[in-house]
Amino acid sequence: MGEQENNKIGGGGGGGGNNAMAVDEAASAKGKSVGAADPRLQGISDAIRVVPHFPKPGIMFNDITELLLRPGVFKDAVDMFVERYRGMGIAAVAGIEARGFIFGPAIALAIGAKFIPLRKPKKLPGEVFSESYVLEYGMDCLEMHVGAIEPGEHVVVVDDLVATGGTLSAAIRLLERAGANVVECACLIGLPKFKDFYKLNGKPVYILVESRK
Amino acid sequence: MLFLQCQQPRVPSPSASAPPFRPRVSVAAPLSVRVTGGRRAQAVVAMASADARLAGIASSIRVIPDFPKPGIMFQDITTLLLDPKAFRDTIDLFVERYKDQRITVVAGVEARGFIFGPPIALAIGAKFVPLRKPKKLPGEVISEEYSLEYGTDKIEMHVGAVQANDRALVVDDLIATGGTLCAAVKLIERVGAKVVECACVIELPELKGRDKLGDRPIFVLVEADA
Repeated sequence: MGEQENNKIGGGGGGGGNNAMAVDEAASAKGKSVGAADPRLQGISDAIRVVPHFPKPGIMFNDITELLLRPGVFKDAVDMFVERYRGMGIAAVAGIEARGFIFGPAIALAIGAKFIPLRKPKKLPGEVFSESYVLEYGMDCLEMHVGAIEPGEHVVVVDDLVATGGTLSAAIRLLERAGANVVECACLIGLPKFKDFYKLNGKPVYILVESRK
Repeated sequence: MLFLQCQQPRVPSPSASAPPFRPRVSVAAPLSVRVTGGRRAQAVVAMASADARLAGIASSIRVIPDFPKPGIMFQDITTLLLDPKAFRDTIDLFVERYKDQRITVVAGVEARGFIFGPPIALAIGAKFVPLRKPKKLPGEVISEEYSLEYGTDKIEMHVGAVQANDRALVVDDLIATGGTLCAAVKLIERVGAKVVECACVIELPELKGRDKLGDRPIFVLVEADA
């Protein structure tokens, strides 16, 4: 069971990501000690239930619904993201359907940002951007409303979990096509490789806890 | 007891040529507040504040004609979500109503109920339970089937998420015919819990969703033409 060390400074991947550095430095400036795990993470990790062989054999599904049944833990998870992104000039939080809808809006409300739903095809009415992405077998597609983003706006993308990063990558592409500046991707759970701010499409990914087998 | 009612004029739905993301005042809501004598002044102030917030919420919702199919005027709340004040006010109005009602669980109907339910749950300290389309929830579930115009659909809830002594809210963005909401209510009642109220941002009264819910209470912020 892994625990993400919160607010690492200068997280992995050197190079670009000026905004990631800004987030890290600001988080450090808020007085978070490097290397000390936030005590809330234990409760968050404990509240994630692993369901074997879902949705198909061989997959160990990390299920957040138990966390949602623990109001204190749910609040802690949201608070950790809010503390990270508050005061950073984030104009919008984009949430990936459907579990990104559970966490994204609460974060958006707390930091005074817009909430933008990124949806499966044909759910959003009116004019949309569409971005296809590759699945293990076949393709899928993510959509966002035209006009939801003003060019140059700083955006955080939220989902419950990041595994291969395929969906999150599609979300980043969607937002960038609309002219957004994607500052970071935020997930409660991620594969261990995301623990050190592994970059996806050049964007840092911030996770609270590692996924469990 | 004094029963105050605030009513705004209904405005017909806008024409098909509406440009995207321009607010339309297309909705209105009766909002009733029951007060005792000594708190009358407070109630009037609360009413005025609620009025102002409701107007902002109503005007932030855009109507998309002929979606998902011809003849349907789709009430799109995504523009409300792009207005942080309107979104904040929406949640606040629900929280103000429910925070002292000992609600232990907020159930949200996939997917737009996932947007409004959790912030309410977090603010009032209740559990959040997602009610999902088939095969999305891992582990053991109970299902409730409901009718569509053509055919049927199903929603599911995790076994054990709601207990018999829970007091529940069911949240969705909109009530139309009431089919989905009714199925959601039944799921919760089947495990023995009490549905205190259904809460929606928008109601389409012409579609008579309230009739499907019978005597179960429903609270909505704004009404719109179907």
